[in-house]
Amino acid sequence: MTLLPIHWALIGIWGLLAAASVLVLWISSRSKKNVTELVQRTQSWWVMVAVFTLAFLVGKTVSVVVFALVSFLALKEYFSMIPTRRADRRVLFWAYLAIPVQYFWVYDSYYGMFAVFIPVYMFLFLPFASLLSQQTDGFLRAVGTLNWGLMLCVFSISHAAFLLILPPTPQSSAGGPGLLLFLVFLTQFNDVAQYTWGKLFGRRKIIPGVSPNKTWEGFLGGVATTFVLALLTAPLVTPFDLAHAAAAGLLIPVAGFVGDVTVSALKRDLGVKDTGSLIPGHGGILDRIDSLTFTAPLFFHFTRYFYY
Amino acid sequence: MLQKIFYLFVKIAVLFLLGLNVRRKELLPSDGPAIVVANHNSHLDTMVLMALMPLSKLKDIKPVAAADYFFSSPWKAWFSENVLGIIPVDRGGANRTNDPLEGCYRALNEGKVLILFPEGSRGEPEQMTGLKKGVSYLAEKFPEAPVVPVFTHGLGKALPKGSFLLVPFFCDIFIDEPMTWEGNRIQFMNLLQERFSVLSREKNFAPWE
Repeated sequence: MTLLPIHWALIGIWGLLAAASVLVLWISSRSKKNVTELVQRTQSWWVMVAVFTLAFLVGKTVSVVVFALVSFLALKEYFSMIPTRRADRRVLFWAYLAIPVQYFWVYDSYYGMFAVFIPVYMFLFLPFASLLSQQTDGFLRAVGTLNWGLMLCVFSISHAAFLLILPPTPQSSAGGPGLLLFLVFLTQFNDVAQYTWGKLFGRRKIIPGVSPNKTWEGFLGGVATTFVLALLTAPLVTPFDLAHAAAAGLLIPVAGFVGDVTVSALKRDLGVKDTGSLIPGHGGILDRIDSLTFTAPLFFHFTRYFYY
Repeated sequence: MLQKIFYLFVKIAVLFLLGLNVRRKELLPSDGPAIVVANHNSHLDTMVLMALMPLSKLKDIKPVAAADYFFSSPWKAWFSENVLGIIPVDRGGANRTNDPLEGCYRALNEGKVLILFPEGSRGEPEQMTGLKKGVSYLAEKFPEAPVVPVFTHGLGKALPKGSFLLVPFFCDIFIDEPMTWEGNRIQFMNLLQERFSVLSREKNFAPWE
């Protein structure tokens, strides 16, 4: 078996994870503070990277199904934490059904339908389905919140899956899988980098009204680290030239930050700390993919505009 | 066998469609005699509590349910008794001759775990009603059996009374320390009510009306 560039990229990710785990072990053996959460977080990373790698290596169909499941879990988490109306049970059911349909367009490479199904058809259909119960108290809030959840958890995330089915280009043999790996790796790495820089050097708060732990030092340190990593990895798995690699290396960390604080604002409004308890040490699945809800569609259209 | 296969499917469905957030799972007794006491919002309550138990123990875990509902037709009766493992309780009026809890006494004597819903009926989803005092008779008669309160939230949203459409929601299952018999039935019921109200305040649940 010959190793392709994306295989080397995956090996690199596992190597990085192993190195980070050794570091965490060393910290937890030395530190007198409670580091249970840090250890749990690291363990959860192993599971997440394993699931992702497995899906990725098995093939396109399995990967699309895994992204559909991620959307399902995220939407379920969202519907479970926001106020909903009993009268809208059926509407929620329709919203869930949009997931297999949306991911079928992905699987089918049907870009036209993929791009309009949720923002046009579901957008128009959900209010109609809701008014059938003839309960107008809270109608606006219900329709607004349900549509936003569907956009965030399903429409946005499905863009990551759509990257996967993009064909190879003259500049890069890695094609869609390479782009997906680039996006997901940099988005998640950026989360960790911003967190780590913030923990080590964080001083000046960046947006205390929404997220009191976020600092300028964390944000800028994360952006710089991700930027460098984007320049280094882009030639391996993407068709980007240097300028585009640099642009993507800024787009991903900045959009990731905005996605993160957007979900923070939602949680603060609802008065919850985590969106769920699915991933030990991290919280819910929405806590983990909050950045991806912003980076996936933006990175997808960036790539599509310049290369497809 | 049939029961194990049935609950294996239930376990998978519960984990995939609903998703459970269980706090203090280790307090759930799987060896009897013991009594698990839960609030009642949905048909899913029994399914979920059974799904939390190890498959190998299922034959010793007995949900207690209304005879008039679950044993109303021969088919339902067969399914309730052999697959769900239900112990029927006659909730009918004053003209009954024998003790309605007879089946429960027998099961506890045999060292089984009972699952009891002292609200009596599922009622309005996600709203607790007063507790029926049958459980205090059981606790008095079997003071050595721990009584474990379990508060669930979300199952009534996923499948409320009168609906057949299951809508996925993450559900919370909060398990409390076991209660022991102190010698007074009224005091016991008050304490149980208090335990439930403390459990229900453990988290801010999303409004649902």
